[in-house]
Formats: sequence, structure tokens, C-alpha cells
Amino acid sequence: MTHRFVIGSLMIVSLTASSIADVTMPSYPKGKGERCVEPTDIMRRDHFEYLMHHRKISVHLGVRSKRHSLVGCVDCHASQADNGAYIPVNAPGQFCSSCHTYTAVKIDCFSCHAAVPDDVEKQ
Amino acid sequence: MTDPVNNKPRRRFLGGTGAGAALLAIAPGVKLVDLALARDEDEPASAETRWGLLVDANRCATDCRACVSACEDEHALAKTGRKPLDPQWIRKVELVDESSDRSVSLPLMCQHCEDPPCVDVCPTGASFRRADGIVLVDKHTCIGCRYCMMACPFNARSFVHEDVTGQKSYSPRGKGTVESCTLCVHRVDQDRTPACVESCAVDGGGALAFGDLSDAESTVSKTVRSQPHRGLRPDLELNTGVRYRGV
Repeated sequence: MTHRFVIGSLMIVSLTASSIADVTMPSYPKGKGERCVEPTDIMRRDHFEYLMHHRKISVHLGVRSKRHSLVGCVDCHASQADNGAYIPVNAPGQFCSSCHTYTAVKIDCFSCHAAVPDDVEKQ
Repeated sequence: MTDPVNNKPRRRFLGGTGAGAALLAIAPGVKLVDLALARDEDEPASAETRWGLLVDANRCATDCRACVSACEDEHALAKTGRKPLDPQWIRKVELVDESSDRSVSLPLMCQHCEDPPCVDVCPTGASFRRADGIVLVDKHTCIGCRYCMMACPFNARSFVHEDVTGQKSYSPRGKGTVESCTLCVHRVDQDRTPACVESCAVDGGGALAFGDLSDAESTVSKTVRSQPHRGLRPDLELNTGVRYRGV
């Protein structure tokens, strides 16, 4: 019985190790500026908490601080194509979608919100 | 002191800080900064403000659609190709007095009621009235049930039936939610006037005026206090933020 358990455990460990090695980690374009509004590890874990809080205070109370606004995220993280046109942050391989695809979490933001900065849309 | 417009205690000028007023005033009646409008971006909208619009129908030409076009441009309200589904935040309405055949043209949008029926019926709290009197839809919580559209006596709301692209960053819109005039809340929060008011002054007859109905010094408030005007459907006692002259 113990023998079987050890073999089973070894198989699981080897399978896990090999599958991790096979998975490509997400890669995404670098944002503008030197650093994000919060430390990177905190943003990776909690960016939605900041966005959720900001959406409540901006929509209902009219607080328009820019630090945690979604518009601010898009302004910094939308990358430009060779012709200067902005690429939506939720396009494949772009800042938002690369990690969201990896973690299989659907982004709802951009069914309503603009995924590219404003000024370029007018051109 | 009670405000005749809001039936609520009215704000004291500068919240009673006379020193601030003295610093910012050069001479009596001359102010460097319009204190009624100044608000820090971290500061929430204040209940001491009641934003309102005054429409002078006498200056509104029948064939002019400057406000409607400005609204469509500002909020990227693209046509869907099927007229009944097109978003409509402002529309031009013709009123005809049958006894005299006198015809009046006026823009009709969300009336930003003090007691909005849309807010009463909303099952999720998505329809709400901001502290400063602007009635909005929180599209994050809107489930698209459209009760508010049925409750609105002015037919001022639209439903987004199809996927939307090309939204402005300051005016998110999306399928399955109800939308209406926001009184250009993104502009108001930056101390600017709504797009329709701006374009009416330039391309139209200057029929629209925007301001704080609670501020005794604002032009809108002074006109409302001194000139005949009315809110639409006064029988419903909604105390609308949009007032009309010449209707």
C-alpha cells in the first residue's frame, strides 16, 4: 500500500513539474513611465480591488482623482503600433489580455470602457 | 434660510468662511475664482449644489439641432442603422397649442428630477441621484430591466441593444444597459459646462444656460427667481433640474 502511494506521489510530482515547464508565462508590453501607481506585486494581486473602489467613488460620489482610474491604466498601458495607432489593451497579447488569458479570467471592463486613450481616437 | 428651488436649507456662501471670500475677492462683486464651481478632484460632489439647466424656448429654432449633434459627438452616440434602436439623450420636441396654432420647439433630455421616478423603480440601485442633483445610471449595476425607461415621464432614457465600439474614455457605454443625459457630468466635474450648452451658445440661439440652482449668485438661479418659467409636468411634483421659459 505504501509502495503504491509513493509511486503515485512521484508520478504526480513529475507530471506537475513537466507541465509547469511546458507553460509559457504571459509576456506583455511595458507601460509608460518608470513605475506603476502602486508596487507591481500589489497591482498584480489587487488591481481589481483598486478599480472597484475607484468606480464606486467616481460614479456615485463624483471623486475624479486619477491615481486609480481605469482611464489612467489605459493611458499608460496601451501600446502603439508602428504607424502610431494605439492597440486596445484587451487585444491579444496586450497588457490586460495576456495575463487574463493565462489565468482564464474574463475582462468585462472594455465592453463599455474605451480600451485606447482618447486623443488618438479622434484622429 | 430655505431655498425656494430645493425646499432645503441653502448653503451659506463659502460655508461661512468669510476670510476665504475676502482673499479671493478683489472688489465687491468681482471674484477671481467662481467659488460656486471650484471643487478639488479628490472632493466628492456636494449636496449644497443643485445643478440645473434653463432652456429658453423662445430662442430655440425649430430646425436647429446643434445641441443634439453636440451630444452625439461628445458621447460618441453612433447611429445603429435602425432608427428605433438609436441612442437618444436629447431630442427636439415640437409643442403646438391647438387653439392658437402657436408652435414651440424645445430640447428634451433627462430632467434631473429631485425625486426621480427612475430611481424609485430601479431594482438594483443602478439609477441614482448624485448629491449635486445629477441623475445617473451606474452601468456596473444596471441589469437592463428597463423599468426606469417605463417610469420616466419624459421618455428620456435609451437602452443599448447592441455592442458598442469607439466609446470615449469619459463616457463609457455598453450593451444591455440603460443610458440617458448625464448633464455631461465629466465636464461638470472639471468646472466646464455641458456640451449642448456650449454648442447652443456658438451654433444655436443661446437658448441653454447651465448653473447651480442653489447658488443665489448664479445666472440660472437669478433668472429662475426673477423670470416666469416652468418645469415640465409640474403636476408630478418631481422638482426637475431642467426648467423651461416660453413653454
